[in-house]
Amino acid sequence: MGEFTLPRNSKIQPGKHYPAKDAKNPRTFRVYRWSPDDGKNPRIDTYEVDLAACGPMVLDALLKIKNEVDPTLTLRRSCREAICGSCAMNIDGTNTLACTCAIDSVKSGDVKIYPLPHMPVVKDLVPDLTHFYAQFASIKPWIRTQSPAPDKERLQSPEERKKLDGLYECILCACCSTSCPSYWWNGDKYLGPAILLQAYRWLVDSRDEATGERLDDLEDPFKLYRCHTIMNCTRTCPKGLNPAKAIAEIKKLMVERRSA
Amino acid sequence: MSAKDTGVEDRRDPMKIARGLGSAQSGVDHWWVQRLTAAALVLLGIWFVVIVLRLLHADYATARAAVAQPWNALLLIAFVLTMFWHAVLGLQVVIEDYVHTRWKEVVLLVAIKFLAVLGALAGVLAVLRIALTP
Repeated sequence: MGEFTLPRNSKIQPGKHYPAKDAKNPRTFRVYRWSPDDGKNPRIDTYEVDLAACGPMVLDALLKIKNEVDPTLTLRRSCREAICGSCAMNIDGTNTLACTCAIDSVKSGDVKIYPLPHMPVVKDLVPDLTHFYAQFASIKPWIRTQSPAPDKERLQSPEERKKLDGLYECILCACCSTSCPSYWWNGDKYLGPAILLQAYRWLVDSRDEATGERLDDLEDPFKLYRCHTIMNCTRTCPKGLNPAKAIAEIKKLMVERRSA
Repeated sequence: MSAKDTGVEDRRDPMKIARGLGSAQSGVDHWWVQRLTAAALVLLGIWFVVIVLRLLHADYATARAAVAQPWNALLLIAFVLTMFWHAVLGLQVVIEDYVHTRWKEVVLLVAIKFLAVLGALAGVLAVLRIALTP
């Protein structure tokens, strides 16, 4: 309680400057750097990138830096089309996917790039999401049934299937959870918006028969009720989903199964 | 907390940490009662403001007589009880959110409950003394 400044070893120092020579259309990127190996404080390195010879997205610029300027820059990326969720980071103050964030969308000033907030940093832009993934596994994100397995698929009507729209698209990039102050302060116990949206995805699945057990597992002052409808999750979701609504629906189910 | 912080080696699986002590099987009551008391306070709050405004320039005897009216006394007591109840539910959330030293958290959570009960009882006693004293 009452920590108003960063610990001494987390204070950010000015870093190196990499100018672009003969650039037609230069743009400055300021990137958070930290390595576990050198015992130094984090720093902000400044890279000038010639946008005339670079793809349109922030990820293009980061990969150009890594390929042509500074191979030590460390980041996760894979699909470059917003389906893997690897390149989630904080760009210009907002958690989003570097692969679908246009450099032009950062209107003025330098493009500032940090790792996802309030997560332990593995290196540079790579956060440690071990606990996040363990929380996801803890809600048992698979179909659970009591009725015997049918010979064919478990059927679902188009209307029942429609209830999963806006939920199944989640790619677990962790942009929402790491934008949530409640997850920052109590992420050890609070499941956070991403995992709660996933929990709701199984609560509304017409084929899943463990709804009661799932609600039992969620009924907790910290796991679920740390959500104070701050709405950062919904504002930041790079897939345009609404985790806050999913959490509100879980709270409604909690009330529904008890007496008013 | 890493081994570096505590000097104790943490060999627990991430799943052990994520599942922790499990679900407390509570929280719905808190959430629901907080909303019920909030709804009640909207109505009681409006009534309370109206009463206070009407007594704005009244002398002591007039104000005392107004409080002694049975309906006014009843609603005042309801207002005091609901307000302290709602306040303690809200403060509990703030403390749980921000106080992360366990003993301080427990001391504060107990203290606000004791203080809220005392405050509510004092308010009720004050209204009753006026309402029941001829």
